[in-house]
Amino acid sequence: MCGIAGLIHRGKSSNVGGEMTAMLQALKHRGPDSTGYAVYGPRSDDYVMRVKVAEAEDMAKGRGITQVLADRIAAVDAVLAEHGATVKSKEAVTAYSLRYVIGHDGNTGDMAEHIEETDGVEILSMGNGLELIKDLGDASVVADLYGLNDFTGTHGIGHTRMATESDVDIKSAHPYWAFPYNDVSVVHNGQITNYWIMRREMERKGHRFMSNCDSELLAVYVAHNLSKGVSLEDTLRQSIEEIDGVFTYLVATKDQLGMAKDTMAAKPLVLYESDDLIAMASEEVAIRAILPQEIDTYDPYDEEVRVWQA
Amino acid sequence: MAGVSDAELKGMSQEERVKALGMTTEQLTGKSMYIEFDPDATERFTYPWAPDVDFNKRTEIDTDEMTSTEVNDEIRAKMNEGYGSIVLKNPRGKHSLGVGILNKLNLIIEGSTGYFGVGLIDGPNVRVNGRVGWSCGENMMSGTVVIEKNAGSTFGAAIRGGDLVCKGSVGSRTGIDMKGGTIIVGGDTGALSGFMMQRGRMVVCGNAGKNLGDSMYDGTIYIGGEIQSLGVDAIEAELTDLDKAWLTRKLTQYGMVPEGGVGHFKKIVAGKMLWNYDNLEPNEKKLIL
Repeated sequence: MCGIAGLIHRGKSSNVGGEMTAMLQALKHRGPDSTGYAVYGPRSDDYVMRVKVAEAEDMAKGRGITQVLADRIAAVDAVLAEHGATVKSKEAVTAYSLRYVIGHDGNTGDMAEHIEETDGVEILSMGNGLELIKDLGDASVVADLYGLNDFTGTHGIGHTRMATESDVDIKSAHPYWAFPYNDVSVVHNGQITNYWIMRREMERKGHRFMSNCDSELLAVYVAHNLSKGVSLEDTLRQSIEEIDGVFTYLVATKDQLGMAKDTMAAKPLVLYESDDLIAMASEEVAIRAILPQEIDTYDPYDEEVRVWQA
Repeated sequence: MAGVSDAELKGMSQEERVKALGMTTEQLTGKSMYIEFDPDATERFTYPWAPDVDFNKRTEIDTDEMTSTEVNDEIRAKMNEGYGSIVLKNPRGKHSLGVGILNKLNLIIEGSTGYFGVGLIDGPNVRVNGRVGWSCGENMMSGTVVIEKNAGSTFGAAIRGGDLVCKGSVGSRTGIDMKGGTIIVGGDTGALSGFMMQRGRMVVCGNAGKNLGDSMYDGTIYIGGEIQSLGVDAIEAELTDLDKAWLTRKLTQYGMVPEGGVGHFKKIVAGKMLWNYDNLEPNEKKLIL
């Protein structure tokens, strides 16, 4: 089933970490397997890189895993140094998940590809404002683990996952970063029925897939189009034509949030829109978690595409 | 179909063929009945074991800290105490509020509900001041439900009786598989509304999305605005004086008659070229299938 949520403040920052946690916790019944956030903080000239060096379940593989993780982290550090990146901070949020702040003047795409050449290493996100966090458990568990309850930013998207077509693990959790396109993330509720055809097409164009989750395709698809100079709105419209299945998905960039709904309108989304805040979720109960007062909401129709600016 | 030859039928349009075969949606043939809820006819609509309630006896339930199950249990407890008017406060999008009420009752929901609100009901009059989520009124048998704001998709799915009214706009697949009753929408409705509709009437004062009435067996859909496209086997029929009178009466009941009246409504019915419930002879079926 899965639950998705998103919000964007216009012209101001807010505690989007706490707000997203409240919304996602209200959607827990739609997917208790994993929870993920893509939240956008103040923009900086430095890059924030969130990287995963193992799955949560790997930690139960005995004492040997400690050395494996140390080797993988050393490999990441070596690549960063090789590409001339300056590590300004490095924090092990969990034993398998790290947050780097790096300075870099070159091509971060090449560096990202190089980092992922190490087995077991996956970059969850890179960008000047994006922080992508995902792990097993519900929103309160993940928010506590990663200190999200006080995160200040302008916008964010999130996901509660009920695994139906791939494993219960972090690599199959949402959101997906639109690798290697900085600051772009995607969450999705639905099933993509031409996944393999589209995946092969994207792979032929040089894009990488880290999981077998059909939602990852949307991130890759969006990354491909944005890298070709297609606007976010046109990308979303085009996706309704090219991607087959039942889906509602959200895309966030450094300063935008967009949504697209498939041709059957088979997956839910409820929208609230005011002058200074737009909030959306699979169910109204999530919006009510941050806006308890009486408000007007509505369901977008089939093939509807919307993009909002922060 | 007496007097119409095979050759003549083949030369006709779908709509002409349907009329020539004597099939219109005004004929509600079969065993199901169209019944409008009359709150005074309690002997027909009240279950023998249902508690006797007094509409003048009113109470409020603050649902803020309650689960949906607790709220629904509390509604039943209040009915057993004789309360005939119950107000739910602070619903805040909770799912499944007011489901399965099989009794006369005035239920007022002050706020918005989530999925499956007031589904499977038989008898109550419900007023929702806010919005409702997906599948509001699903499978309702009788009663009235009036929503002041918007509604989600599958509004009134498989409804069998009563009036389900949304004064705002609704999502997609409104009245999917409806088997009776009346759905009224003040605004627009989304794609595939009336999909596989079997009986009853749907009135949409605004626009309708694509594939309206797709694969409908019977029933009637009235659209006041634009229709993006008709679905398979849905056809436009003549809006008769009977239709106009019914529309005016029904919309007046809820204060929803558009400015300028109802003369501009389009009437959509089943072409009956697919499956239908009429008792046709085998050779007749062969002609139209």
